[in-house]
Amino acid sequence: MIKRLFIALVMAMIAVIFLDLAANYRESTSLSPLGYYYAAQGPAEVGAANLVTAVVVTYRGLDTLGEVTVLFISAAGVGLLLRRTRSTQDDENLEKGDRAEETAVRHKPASEIVETATQLLLPMVILFGIYVFLNGHLSPGGGFQGGAIIASGTMFLLLALPESHVSRLLIAITESLSGFSYVVIGVLGVIMAGGFLDNRIMGLGTFGDLFSAGAIPLIYVFVGLKVGFELSAVLDRFRKEDTGPL
Amino acid sequence: MSFLADIQISQIVLCSGLGLVLIGLWGMLTQRHIIRMIIGFSLLDTGIHMVMVSIGYVTGGTAPIINDDVPMAEAVNRIVDPVPSALVLTSIVIGLGVTAVMLSFAVRIYRTRRTLMIDECTESKG
Repeated sequence: MIKRLFIALVMAMIAVIFLDLAANYRESTSLSPLGYYYAAQGPAEVGAANLVTAVVVTYRGLDTLGEVTVLFISAAGVGLLLRRTRSTQDDENLEKGDRAEETAVRHKPASEIVETATQLLLPMVILFGIYVFLNGHLSPGGGFQGGAIIASGTMFLLLALPESHVSRLLIAITESLSGFSYVVIGVLGVIMAGGFLDNRIMGLGTFGDLFSAGAIPLIYVFVGLKVGFELSAVLDRFRKEDTGPL
Repeated sequence: MSFLADIQISQIVLCSGLGLVLIGLWGMLTQRHIIRMIIGFSLLDTGIHMVMVSIGYVTGGTAPIINDDVPMAEAVNRIVDPVPSALVLTSIVIGLGVTAVMLSFAVRIYRTRRTLMIDECTESKG
Protein backbone atom coordinates (compact mmCIF):
# COMPACT_ATOMS: atom_id res chain seq x y z
CA MET A 1 0.00 0.00 0.00
CA ILE A 2 2.76 2.41 1.00
CA LYS A 3 4.59 1.42 -2.16
CA ARG A 4 1.60 2.24 -4.37
CA LEU A 5 1.16 5.56 -2.61
CA PHE A 6 4.81 6.32 -3.14
CA ILE A 7 4.58 5.47 -6.85
CA ALA A 8 1.51 7.69 -7.20
CA LEU A 9 3.36 10.51 -5.45
CA VAL A 10 6.40 10.17 -7.72
CA MET A 11 4.19 10.11 -10.82
CA ALA A 12 2.28 13.19 -9.63
CA MET A 13 5.49 15.12 -9.00
CA ILE A 14 6.90 14.23 -12.41
CA ALA A 15 3.56 15.15 -13.98
CA VAL A 16 3.76 18.59 -12.35
CA ILE A 17 7.26 19.12 -13.75
CA PHE A 18 6.10 18.03 -17.21
CA LEU A 19 2.99 20.21 -17.03
CA ASP A 20 5.18 23.19 -16.30
CA LEU A 21 7.44 22.27 -19.24
CA ALA A 22 4.53 21.87 -21.64
CA ALA A 23 2.71 25.02 -20.52
CA ASN A 24 5.77 27.26 -20.83
CA TYR A 25 6.89 25.78 -24.13
CA ARG A 26 7.26 28.22 -26.99
CA GLU A 27 8.16 27.00 -30.42
CA SER A 28 11.45 28.55 -31.47
CA THR A 29 11.34 30.80 -34.51
CA SER A 30 15.04 30.65 -35.37
CA LEU A 31 17.87 28.14 -35.10
CA SER A 32 19.99 27.85 -31.98
CA PRO A 33 23.50 29.36 -32.38
CA LEU A 34 25.01 25.89 -32.79
CA GLY A 35 22.37 24.80 -35.30
CA TYR A 36 22.86 28.10 -37.15
CA TYR A 37 26.59 27.45 -37.43
CA TYR A 38 26.05 23.91 -38.74
CA ALA A 39 23.46 25.13 -41.27
CA ALA A 40 25.56 28.05 -42.47
CA GLN A 41 29.02 26.47 -42.49
CA GLY A 42 28.23 22.75 -42.71
CA PRO A 43 27.70 22.43 -46.48
CA ALA A 44 30.94 24.28 -47.26
CA GLU A 45 33.05 22.66 -44.53
CA VAL A 46 31.82 19.08 -44.78
CA GLY A 47 30.17 18.91 -48.20
CA ALA A 48 27.20 16.82 -47.06
CA ALA A 49 23.72 17.83 -48.23
CA ASN A 50 22.11 16.05 -45.29
CA LEU A 51 23.07 18.25 -42.35
CA VAL A 52 22.09 15.59 -39.80
CA THR A 53 24.70 13.32 -41.38
CA ALA A 54 27.24 16.14 -41.24
CA VAL A 55 26.60 16.51 -37.51
CA VAL A 56 26.51 12.76 -36.79
CA VAL A 57 29.57 11.70 -38.80
CA THR A 58 31.95 14.65 -38.58
CA TYR A 59 31.09 17.34 -36.03
CA ARG A 60 29.99 14.76 -33.46
CA GLY A 61 31.91 11.84 -34.97
CA LEU A 62 33.39 10.77 -31.66
CA ASP A 63 29.86 10.41 -30.25
CA THR A 64 29.01 8.14 -33.15
CA LEU A 65 32.09 6.01 -32.54
CA GLY A 66 30.92 5.71 -28.92
CA GLU A 67 27.43 4.81 -30.13
CA VAL A 68 28.83 2.05 -32.35
CA THR A 69 30.83 0.82 -29.36
CA VAL A 70 27.73 0.74 -27.15
CA LEU A 71 25.89 -1.25 -29.81
CA PHE A 72 28.83 -3.64 -30.09
CA ILE A 73 28.95 -4.15 -26.32
CA SER A 74 25.21 -4.79 -26.16
CA ALA A 75 25.44 -7.29 -29.03
CA ALA A 76 28.30 -9.00 -27.19
CA GLY A 77 26.22 -8.97 -24.00
CA VAL A 78 23.29 -10.61 -25.77
CA GLY A 79 25.69 -13.20 -27.18
CA LEU A 80 27.07 -13.91 -23.72
CA LEU A 81 23.64 -14.14 -22.07
CA LEU A 82 22.10 -16.32 -24.75
CA ARG A 83 25.10 -18.51 -25.47
CA ARG A 84 24.37 -22.08 -26.27
CA THR A 85 24.35 -24.40 -23.33
CA ARG A 86 25.16 -27.50 -25.35
CA SER A 87 28.63 -29.05 -25.49
CA THR A 88 31.14 -27.97 -28.12
CA GLN A 89 30.81 -31.26 -29.99
CA ASP A 90 27.09 -30.73 -30.42
CA ASP A 91 27.82 -27.21 -31.57
CA GLU A 92 30.11 -28.41 -34.31
CA ASN A 93 27.58 -30.96 -35.49
CA LEU A 94 24.96 -28.25 -35.54
CA GLU A 95 27.16 -26.05 -37.66
CA LYS A 96 27.74 -28.90 -40.07
CA GLY A 97 24.10 -29.37 -40.93
CA ASP A 98 22.33 -31.11 -38.07
CA ARG A 99 20.61 -27.83 -37.50
CA ALA A 100 18.53 -28.24 -40.64
CA GLU A 101 17.24 -31.59 -39.40
CA GLU A 102 16.77 -30.39 -35.86
CA THR A 103 14.73 -27.34 -36.80
CA ALA A 104 12.74 -29.22 -39.39
CA VAL A 105 11.33 -31.37 -36.58
CA ARG A 106 10.30 -28.40 -34.48
CA HIS A 107 9.05 -26.04 -37.17
CA LYS A 108 6.28 -26.54 -39.62
CA PRO A 109 7.85 -25.49 -42.93
CA ALA A 110 6.64 -22.19 -44.36
CA SER A 111 4.29 -22.34 -47.32
CA GLU A 112 5.66 -22.18 -50.84
CA ILE A 113 4.32 -18.66 -51.31
CA VAL A 114 6.23 -17.39 -48.30
CA GLU A 115 9.43 -19.16 -49.34
CA THR A 116 9.31 -17.89 -52.93
CA ALA A 117 8.44 -14.37 -51.81
CA THR A 118 11.39 -14.41 -49.41
CA GLN A 119 13.82 -15.52 -52.10
CA LEU A 120 12.45 -12.83 -54.41
CA LEU A 121 12.32 -9.97 -51.92
CA LEU A 122 15.38 -10.61 -49.77
CA PRO A 123 17.95 -9.36 -52.35
CA MET A 124 15.86 -6.23 -52.85
CA VAL A 125 15.61 -5.57 -49.10
CA ILE A 126 19.39 -5.88 -48.77
CA LEU A 127 19.94 -3.73 -51.87
CA PHE A 128 17.66 -1.07 -50.40
CA GLY A 129 19.66 -1.15 -47.16
CA ILE A 130 22.87 -0.62 -49.14
CA TYR A 131 21.21 2.23 -51.06
CA VAL A 132 20.16 3.90 -47.80
CA PHE A 133 23.63 3.85 -46.27
CA LEU A 134 25.41 4.86 -49.49
CA ASN A 135 23.15 7.89 -49.87
CA GLY A 136 23.30 8.87 -46.21
CA HIS A 137 25.02 12.17 -46.98
CA LEU A 138 22.46 13.18 -49.63
CA SER A 139 19.05 11.96 -48.52
CA PRO A 140 17.35 10.88 -45.30
CA GLY A 141 19.07 7.77 -44.03
CA GLY A 142 22.56 6.71 -43.14
CA GLY A 143 24.63 3.90 -41.72
CA PHE A 144 22.38 3.03 -38.80
CA GLN A 145 19.17 3.15 -40.81
CA GLY A 146 20.67 1.11 -43.66
CA GLY A 147 22.07 -1.39 -41.16
CA ALA A 148 18.66 -1.74 -39.56
CA ILE A 149 17.11 -2.43 -42.98
CA ILE A 150 19.72 -5.15 -43.67
CA ALA A 151 18.98 -6.66 -40.25
CA SER A 152 15.25 -6.60 -41.05
CA GLY A 153 16.15 -8.65 -44.14
CA THR A 154 17.86 -11.16 -41.86
CA MET A 155 14.77 -11.25 -39.66
CA PHE A 156 12.67 -11.89 -42.76
CA LEU A 157 14.95 -14.80 -43.64
CA LEU A 158 14.86 -16.25 -40.11
CA LEU A 159 11.05 -16.05 -39.96
CA ALA A 160 10.33 -17.47 -43.41
CA LEU A 161 13.11 -20.07 -43.66
CA PRO A 162 13.92 -21.01 -40.05
CA GLU A 163 16.36 -23.71 -41.08
CA SER A 164 18.59 -21.23 -42.90
CA HIS A 165 22.01 -20.84 -41.41
CA VAL A 166 23.60 -17.48 -40.66
CA SER A 167 27.37 -17.90 -40.59
CA ARG A 168 28.76 -16.70 -37.27
CA LEU A 169 32.26 -16.56 -38.70
CA LEU A 170 31.22 -14.29 -41.60
CA ILE A 171 29.39 -12.00 -39.18
CA ALA A 172 32.36 -11.82 -36.82
CA ILE A 173 34.87 -11.12 -39.61
CA THR A 174 32.76 -8.44 -41.36
CA GLU A 175 31.91 -6.75 -38.09
CA SER A 176 35.48 -6.62 -36.82
CA LEU A 177 36.89 -5.48 -40.17
CA SER A 178 34.37 -2.68 -40.62
CA GLY A 179 34.77 -1.50 -37.03
CA PHE A 180 38.55 -1.53 -37.45
CA SER A 181 38.36 0.37 -40.76
CA TYR A 182 36.13 2.99 -39.14
CA VAL A 183 38.78 3.67 -36.48
CA VAL A 184 41.55 3.63 -39.12
CA ILE A 185 39.69 6.35 -41.09
CA GLY A 186 39.38 8.33 -37.87
CA VAL A 187 43.13 8.08 -37.20
CA LEU A 188 43.89 8.98 -40.85
CA GLY A 189 41.91 12.15 -40.20
CA VAL A 190 44.38 13.07 -37.44
CA ILE A 191 47.38 12.46 -39.72
CA MET A 192 46.13 13.89 -43.03
CA ALA A 193 43.46 16.45 -42.05
CA GLY A 194 42.27 18.54 -39.13
CA GLY A 195 41.53 15.93 -36.47
CA PHE A 196 40.04 12.60 -35.48
CA LEU A 197 37.32 11.50 -37.95
CA ASP A 198 37.85 14.56 -40.15
CA ASN A 199 36.19 13.69 -43.48
CA ARG A 200 38.52 15.88 -45.55
CA ILE A 201 41.11 13.12 -46.00
CA MET A 202 39.51 12.68 -49.44
CA GLY A 203 38.42 15.48 -51.78
CA LEU A 204 35.01 16.95 -51.02
CA GLY A 205 33.97 16.51 -54.66
CA THR A 206 30.93 18.15 -56.24
CA PHE A 207 28.27 19.03 -53.71
CA GLY A 208 25.32 16.67 -54.10
CA ASP A 209 27.15 13.88 -55.95
CA LEU A 210 27.14 10.29 -54.74
CA PHE A 211 30.92 10.31 -54.32
CA SER A 212 31.26 13.58 -52.48
CA ALA A 213 31.58 14.81 -48.90
CA GLY A 214 35.03 13.29 -48.42
CA ALA A 215 35.12 10.18 -46.28
CA ILE A 216 31.46 10.32 -45.16
CA PRO A 217 30.15 7.69 -47.65
CA LEU A 218 33.05 5.41 -46.73
CA ILE A 219 32.42 5.83 -42.98
CA TYR A 220 28.72 5.18 -43.48
CA VAL A 221 29.43 2.03 -45.49
CA PHE A 222 31.48 0.68 -42.59
CA VAL A 223 28.91 1.78 -40.01
CA GLY A 224 26.10 0.28 -42.10
CA LEU A 225 27.87 -3.06 -42.51
CA LYS A 226 28.80 -3.18 -38.84
CA VAL A 227 25.32 -2.31 -37.59
CA GLY A 228 23.63 -4.62 -40.09
CA PHE A 229 25.75 -7.64 -39.21
CA GLU A 230 25.65 -6.87 -35.49
CA LEU A 231 21.86 -6.68 -35.41
CA SER A 232 21.68 -9.83 -37.55
CA ALA A 233 23.83 -11.58 -34.94
CA VAL A 234 21.51 -10.37 -32.16
CA LEU A 235 18.43 -11.62 -34.05
CA ASP A 236 20.16 -14.94 -34.69
CA ARG A 237 20.88 -15.26 -30.95
CA PHE A 238 17.22 -14.85 -30.14
CA ARG A 239 16.30 -17.85 -32.27
CA LYS A 240 14.64 -20.60 -30.32
CA GLU A 241 17.05 -23.35 -31.22
CA ASP A 242 20.01 -21.36 -29.97
CA THR A 243 18.68 -20.83 -26.49
CA GLY A 244 18.27 -24.46 -25.59
CA PRO A 245 14.93 -26.10 -24.86
CA LEU A 246 12.55 -23.38 -23.77
CA MET B 1 -12.29 27.33 -28.47
CA SER B 2 -9.79 30.07 -29.13
CA PHE B 3 -6.99 28.33 -27.21
CA LEU B 4 -6.99 25.51 -29.75
CA ALA B 5 -5.87 27.92 -32.44
CA ASP B 6 -2.80 28.77 -30.36
CA ILE B 7 -1.55 25.20 -30.16
CA GLN B 8 1.54 24.70 -32.28
CA ILE B 9 2.41 21.47 -34.06
CA SER B 10 5.54 20.85 -32.05
CA GLN B 11 3.56 21.40 -28.85
CA ILE B 12 1.33 18.46 -29.75
CA VAL B 13 4.43 16.30 -30.28
CA LEU B 14 5.93 17.55 -27.01
CA CYS B 15 2.77 16.81 -25.01
CA SER B 16 2.35 13.32 -26.52
CA GLY B 17 6.02 12.67 -25.80
CA LEU B 18 5.69 13.72 -22.18
CA GLY B 19 2.52 11.60 -21.91
CA LEU B 20 4.39 8.58 -23.25
CA VAL B 21 7.19 9.16 -20.73
CA LEU B 22 4.62 9.15 -17.90
CA ILE B 23 2.88 6.00 -19.19
CA GLY B 24 6.22 4.23 -19.61
CA LEU B 25 7.42 5.21 -16.15
CA TRP B 26 4.12 4.09 -14.61
CA GLY B 27 4.43 0.76 -16.44
CA MET B 28 7.99 0.23 -15.25
CA LEU B 29 7.09 1.03 -11.64
CA THR B 30 3.82 -0.88 -11.27
CA GLN B 31 3.95 -3.90 -13.58
CA ARG B 32 5.31 -7.17 -12.21
CA HIS B 33 5.74 -8.93 -15.53
CA ILE B 34 9.23 -8.53 -16.99
CA ILE B 35 8.10 -8.14 -20.61
CA ARG B 36 5.64 -5.44 -19.55
CA MET B 37 8.44 -3.62 -17.74
CA ILE B 38 10.52 -3.75 -20.92
CA ILE B 39 7.57 -2.37 -22.92
CA GLY B 40 7.36 0.42 -20.33
CA PHE B 41 11.03 1.21 -20.94
CA SER B 42 10.44 1.31 -24.70
CA LEU B 43 7.54 3.74 -24.25
CA LEU B 44 9.66 5.96 -21.99
CA ASP B 45 12.45 5.88 -24.57
CA THR B 46 10.13 6.79 -27.46
CA GLY B 47 8.55 9.58 -25.41
CA ILE B 48 11.96 11.13 -24.73
CA HIS B 49 12.80 10.97 -28.44
CA MET B 50 9.56 12.79 -29.29
CA VAL B 51 10.31 15.50 -26.71
CA MET B 52 13.82 15.97 -28.11
CA VAL B 53 12.61 16.21 -31.71
CA SER B 54 9.90 18.72 -30.79
CA ILE B 55 12.45 20.93 -29.02
CA GLY B 56 14.48 21.12 -32.25
CA TYR B 57 11.50 22.24 -34.32
CA VAL B 58 11.62 25.74 -35.81
CA THR B 59 8.31 27.30 -36.91
CA GLY B 60 7.69 26.44 -40.55
CA GLY B 61 10.98 24.56 -40.82
CA THR B 62 11.64 21.63 -43.10
CA ALA B 63 14.07 18.68 -42.92
CA PRO B 64 17.73 19.80 -42.66
CA ILE B 65 18.68 18.48 -46.09
CA ILE B 66 19.96 20.84 -48.77
CA ASN B 67 18.57 20.21 -52.25
CA ASP B 68 16.82 22.11 -55.03
CA ASP B 69 13.92 23.07 -52.80
CA VAL B 70 16.11 24.24 -49.93
CA PRO B 71 19.11 26.03 -51.51
CA MET B 72 22.24 26.55 -49.47
CA ALA B 73 21.75 30.30 -49.11
CA GLU B 74 18.24 29.95 -47.64
CA ALA B 75 19.04 26.97 -45.46
CA VAL B 76 19.52 28.87 -42.20
CA ASN B 77 16.01 30.32 -42.42
CA ARG B 78 14.15 27.28 -43.61
CA ILE B 79 15.39 24.18 -41.79
CA VAL B 80 14.80 22.75 -38.34
CA ASP B 81 17.70 22.40 -35.92
CA PRO B 82 19.87 19.44 -37.04
CA VAL B 83 21.48 18.93 -33.60
CA PRO B 84 18.49 17.38 -31.73
CA SER B 85 17.83 15.12 -34.74
CA ALA B 86 21.41 13.86 -34.63
CA LEU B 87 21.18 13.29 -30.86
CA VAL B 88 17.90 11.39 -31.25
CA LEU B 89 19.56 9.16 -33.86
CA THR B 90 22.23 8.27 -31.31
CA SER B 91 19.65 7.79 -28.60
CA ILE B 92 17.47 5.45 -30.70
CA VAL B 93 20.43 3.15 -31.37
CA ILE B 94 21.42 3.05 -27.72
CA GLY B 95 17.79 2.42 -26.67
CA LEU B 96 17.73 -0.52 -29.09
CA GLY B 97 20.93 -1.94 -27.57
CA VAL B 98 19.58 -1.61 -24.03
CA THR B 99 16.27 -3.24 -25.01
CA ALA B 100 18.11 -6.16 -26.62
CA VAL B 101 20.15 -6.76 -23.45
CA MET B 102 17.01 -6.53 -21.27
CA LEU B 103 15.18 -9.04 -23.46
CA SER B 104 18.08 -11.47 -23.30
CA PHE B 105 18.04 -11.18 -19.50
CA ALA B 106 14.32 -11.98 -19.66
CA VAL B 107 15.09 -15.08 -21.75
CA ARG B 108 17.73 -16.14 -19.21
CA ILE B 109 15.36 -15.64 -16.27
CA TYR B 110 12.66 -17.63 -18.03
CA ARG B 111 15.11 -20.41 -18.82
CA THR B 112 16.23 -20.84 -15.20
CA ARG B 113 13.01 -20.00 -13.31
CA ARG B 114 10.26 -20.88 -15.84
CA THR B 115 8.47 -17.65 -15.03
CA LEU B 116 8.52 -14.02 -16.09
CA MET B 117 6.88 -12.64 -12.95
CA ILE B 118 9.37 -10.61 -10.95
CA ASP B 119 7.65 -11.53 -7.65
CA GLU B 120 8.79 -15.13 -7.98
CA CYS B 121 12.43 -14.12 -8.26
CA THR B 122 12.63 -12.41 -4.87
CA GLU B 123 15.05 -14.97 -3.43
CA SER B 124 17.66 -13.69 -5.90
CA LYS B 125 17.63 -10.30 -4.13
CA GLY B 126 20.65 -9.04 -2.25
